[in-house]
Amino acid sequence: MREKFLPLATVGVPLDRPNVDTDAIIPARYLKTVRRTGLGEGLFFAWRYDAEGSPRPGFPLNMPEYSGGKVLVAGENFGCGSSREHAVWALMDFGFRAVIAPSYSDIFHNNCLKNGMLPVTLPAGEVRSLMDALLAAPGGKVEVDLSGQTVTGPGGDVHPFRIDPFPKRCLLEGLDEIALTLSMAGEIDRYERERRKATPWLFGDLAG
Amino acid sequence: MATLFRKIWDLHAVKSHGADALLYIDRHLVHEVTSPQAFEGLRLAGRAVRRPGAILAVPDHNVPTTPDRASRIEDRESREQIEALRRNALGAGVALFDISDPRQGIVHVIGPEAGLVQPGITIVCGDSHTGTLGAFGAVAFGIGTSEVEHVLATQALWQKMPRQMRVTVTGGLLPFVTPKDVILAVIAKIGAAGGTGHAIEFSGDTIRRMTMEGRMTVCNMTIEAGSRFGLIAPDEVTFAYLKGRPLAPSPGHWDAAVSYWRGLSSDPDASWDREVALDAGALEPHVTWGTSPQDALPVGGAVPDPESHADPAERARIRRALEYMALSPGTRLTDIPVDKVFIGSCTNARIEDLRAAAAVVKGRKVAPNVTALVVPGSGQVKKQSEEEGLDRVFLEAGFQWRLPGCSMCLGMNPDKLKSGERCASTSNRNFEGRQGPGGRTHLMSPPMAAAAAIAGRIADVREVVR
Ligand code: SF4
Repeated sequence: MREKFLPLATVGVPLDRPNVDTDAIIPARYLKTVRRTGLGEGLFFAWRYDAEGSPRPGFPLNMPEYSGGKVLVAGENFGCGSSREHAVWALMDFGFRAVIAPSYSDIFHNNCLKNGMLPVTLPAGEVRSLMDALLAAPGGKVEVDLSGQTVTGPGGDVHPFRIDPFPKRCLLEGLDEIALTLSMAGEIDRYERERRKATPWLFGDLAG
Repeated sequence: MATLFRKIWDLHAVKSHGADALLYIDRHLVHEVTSPQAFEGLRLAGRAVRRPGAILAVPDHNVPTTPDRASRIEDRESREQIEALRRNALGAGVALFDISDPRQGIVHVIGPEAGLVQPGITIVCGDSHTGTLGAFGAVAFGIGTSEVEHVLATQALWQKMPRQMRVTVTGGLLPFVTPKDVILAVIAKIGAAGGTGHAIEFSGDTIRRMTMEGRMTVCNMTIEAGSRFGLIAPDEVTFAYLKGRPLAPSPGHWDAAVSYWRGLSSDPDASWDREVALDAGALEPHVTWGTSPQDALPVGGAVPDPESHADPAERARIRRALEYMALSPGTRLTDIPVDKVFIGSCTNARIEDLRAAAAVVKGRKVAPNVTALVVPGSGQVKKQSEEEGLDRVFLEAGFQWRLPGCSMCLGMNPDKLKSGERCASTSNRNFEGRQGPGGRTHLMSPPMAAAAAIAGRIADVREVVR
């Protein structure tokens, strides 16, 4: 069982850059862990800190107005690059529970859903207006309601979003997807038997 | 009527709900960085690995590339990850090409080498460059760690059918123009997010003439265009590559396998959601100037001027990239000096890549301002290179000759750029900090990187060899 996704009403944190890659979200040197926790300290490291390790004052994650925000508002193609799930773990460890962006890389999008984090896709114009509102008046609140599939901006503006029914259910109920698939083991067995007949050369043991 | 991708997908659908399918996964590669949490998740839930015989494990990202690595690895966390991989593989009965195994190497290089990547299969790895393996006409894709855990437990994965894109490349390549230049040009054309949500099949006579290694270079970088899946229909080149490899179909199964493989291609009337054509006949060697793989230009070009762009977002992006790269608009690419040269990675560290680089290097010297290293993609590539004397060519020119691994591609093992250093690299990502915090990356082909090492700056390889 995972944590269920509950409605959010929190400070929105703007990150006004397109193509934010997962190397930027969490640099490779933080991937040398065998755990899922504790990655928040490396989140956006190169943007949060300068070469001496001091926080850069202008970066949103360092600004007191945005502290405690659980919703990140980002540019297009968010999470591109490496498949590292550490990017999602780092965002969650820092406190984020949802991202709002015009588009995501496919792998990052999947990784969010598997961890109980909601990637909301809104049209570019609507993300722009949320971003501008949060930049103009830091500390503005954003509400995310997954059941009703809406985002409400600081000005009370309501933005409906789409999500496939299956991931929605998994998020809301905190379902364990592996358990669901394991309940279909009979069908997988059957498939495997047929495949073994059709392509027997694929069933040798790679360990020899 | 169906695309090749669709056919393989349908053959593997254990069940489907609309566009979602539970896909059976034929083969699974794991490495030390994205798998520990997956194995741990299984243990915590009391679950077993369903089909250990379908999995191959290898340490590659973290491993140092210096000769003392078998006896000691300085970095404690890296050592722990490599040990965890070993423990997890041995515990589950999974094949392991361990750090001292002559078959060890970069995961996307060793799978094909062993012959386990075959037409018509589904294959996954917790690594975004798994699309490389689609070069064999397979549905090959990168997954996250939770998905790794899911495949370990069930040998299957829920996936949404991607849209279908075809990229047709035509024309003979000029001398010193390589598959790397082809894919850099494709990415520049469609953009770093141009393939998002799509599977990309590469076709056309240029692709058909490529060797398997060249095709892998092309498919390797589909993820840099946003697409998780690149693939190329198998043909005689594919079959010849596979024949006799240790994990290829045995002689008893070979004919049946080949006749199955021959049926694997897109139907002539298959429908595509998007089609892109590239005439490669006049293509020049390409180099990137920015911090996205789409920022590639022919080597004769100059650093672009952000102010010449109409779109304010693109203007801001280019400005930021130039600031990070410490470049000014209008600078000719061939006037950019480099500090390091890296010939390696799953994009360009196979034997043909090293031969092409060695041919440029032979009888020349690395410029005094440059540190240059060659990191073979696998133990097999290293061995063959040494049999052919390529190591001597590199060493005599002043290159370092290393042990196989991801090395300077990603800045998580001892091979990294220092802040402010500039590198001519045959890898696939030029993101900020990718090769080390503050490092600056220019992507290019092996002959172009070799030329940069000799010239001490980005150079047109055709002028260096003249
Ligand atoms: S060589 Fe680079 S891109 Fe390839 S698997 Fe290793 S780190 Fe990833």
